[in-house]
Amino acid sequence: MNDATFLEYVVFFSAAVMILGGAIGVITLKNPVHAALGLVLTLFGVAVQFVAMEANFLAAVQVIVYAGAIVVLFLFVIMLLGVDESIDLSIEPIPIQRPLAAVMGVGLVGLLGAAIVRAQDALVINPGSGIDTAQTTANNDANIQQLAANLYGDHVFAFQLTSVLLIVAVVGTVLLTRKWPRNTPSTESSDA
Amino acid sequence: MIAAIGTTSYLLLAAALFAIGAFGLLVRRNPLIMFMCIELMLNAANLTFVALAAQLGDINGQTAVFFVMVVAAAEVVVGLGILVSILRRRPGATADDLAELKG
Repeated sequence: MNDATFLEYVVFFSAAVMILGGAIGVITLKNPVHAALGLVLTLFGVAVQFVAMEANFLAAVQVIVYAGAIVVLFLFVIMLLGVDESIDLSIEPIPIQRPLAAVMGVGLVGLLGAAIVRAQDALVINPGSGIDTAQTTANNDANIQQLAANLYGDHVFAFQLTSVLLIVAVVGTVLLTRKWPRNTPSTESSDA
Repeated sequence: MIAAIGTTSYLLLAAALFAIGAFGLLVRRNPLIMFMCIELMLNAANLTFVALAAQLGDINGQTAVFFVMVVAAAEVVVGLGILVSILRRRPGATADDLAELKG
């Protein structure tokens, strides 16, 4: 095992510990603020794995959009609603829900793991045209250029649809959270 | 770069992350935490996409992750908007308290 291989293992396992530790923190911590910080840990771990897999642009977007925008939105709502007190996790409304959910989780990991291990040999059947990296093309912007050519070429219609989606989401949220003025009896009688 | 670790390791890690998110979604009662668990599951899917894009040499996997991120952002915005308008009316509501439609 040479130094580069050893370094890859170190990066993979430390990022894996970050991801799984943060995820377990999200589902076990009592305080929602702490759970949001666990989510940040997971998202950073995923960004590290993206860098390890040469998806540099997605790693940057992961940090900016997920850890920067989405988690801040979570924290903003937590603070706005004042729900940052601890929750009593010992309450279990449906008696056997947790054991059943645990069985489901273990079964899911088992099934997916078995499928992944069995399908190992199928991973090389249909190789694509290749991903440009800084090593293969001697161009530091290779990843973002290839991604842009793909996004604005093959997927330009879907890209425009996402802008529609974002507009609808913003307008819908404004409508949902707006405090509508209550109709006073005088206006209701005038309507009638 | 991916030769030493192997795509299978990344896929197994993503499977574990997805199962943790699904377990949390079933068990937790705070709607905010349930949203965070959905984010965990989306990230597991993203990890799978990028790992297979690197393995198969296909940039379309990375483009799919881009779209997943946009849809996740829109989903969080709308979901938290609904949550704010619900919790403003009845503070401290859990997912179990929201089973009735009466406002």
